[in-house]
Amino acid sequence: MSEPLIFHFDVDGDNFTSAGQASVTIKKDLRRLGLSSEIIRRVSIAMYEGEINMVIHAGGGVADVRVFEEYIEIVLTDRGPGISNIDQAMQEGFSTAPDAIRSLGFGAGMGLPNMKRYTDDMKIETVVGEGTTITMRVNLT
Amino acid sequence: MTVHELLQLPDLTALCLEDGEREIDGVYIGDLLSWVMGRAQSGNAWITIMSNINVLAVASLADVSCVILAEGVTLSEELLTAAKEKGINVLSSSKPAYETARLLFGSLS
Ligand SMILES: Nc1ncnc2c1ncn2[C@@H]1O[C@H](COP(=O)(O)OP(=O)(O)OP(=O)(O)O)[C@@H](O)[C@H]1O
Ligand SMILES: [Mg+2]
Repeated sequence: MSEPLIFHFDVDGDNFTSAGQASVTIKKDLRRLGLSSEIIRRVSIAMYEGEINMVIHAGGGVADVRVFEEYIEIVLTDRGPGISNIDQAMQEGFSTAPDAIRSLGFGAGMGLPNMKRYTDDMKIETVVGEGTTITMRVNLT
Repeated sequence: MTVHELLQLPDLTALCLEDGEREIDGVYIGDLLSWVMGRAQSGNAWITIMSNINVLAVASLADVSCVILAEGVTLSEELLTAAKEKGINVLSSSKPAYETARLLFGSLS
């Protein structure tokens, strides 16, 4: 199998207005690779939700995207507070976002459910007090 | 109907028309961004009263045909520049979201 294409992004935890930069860049890169608009839409929305979560809830992190022949893998890693109850966090409507964030239109508690919905596989590894790694896959075949 | 054609309607004005020939396919109304990303369909016209940089990012990622800012909401100069850069159609409606949707319903069907 040929080597995957790798994209790496540092997601700045302080700059809320530029949040989403990695996802917007990925969208352009994937379009250049000639992937279908449906695949691009799913990958970039899932990644945006994860990126915004790292900014809001974890003080930033890193995003790695690998494009294989058969699937795209997105790995989001942060050193934030971790998620103490994953089942609860995955529920539609559950959010701990502060008011200032809500006034920007976030905090509906729909981000993690969207990430699951738009990807074929999603795994959350988290340790309270240490951080969270979310791995998502979107199949290309 | 294209975004350009939609602009024939009274009460709608173009703030940023980067791809006027884009076809409008259905409508989604909402202000909470993750709901929009989860439920809006590619090609929808998105009616909202939110006007910030994240709205532009979501419009681009969700691949909506245009954003319609209800209640006469507009974009700041800075956001206008960002919308142009991202190639997003942004319209402003002088009417509330419901009236705006009714207007669209009449023309789309
Ligand atoms: N990377 C993370 N680190 C720590 N906590 C997280 C992280 N991602 C999500 N969470 C927790 O899970 C909850 C649910 O996340 P989700 O993305 O579904 O909703 P939200 O970010 O609060 O709102 P929305 O995504 O709709 O804007 C968050 O409110 C937060 O408590
Ligand atoms: Mg979220």
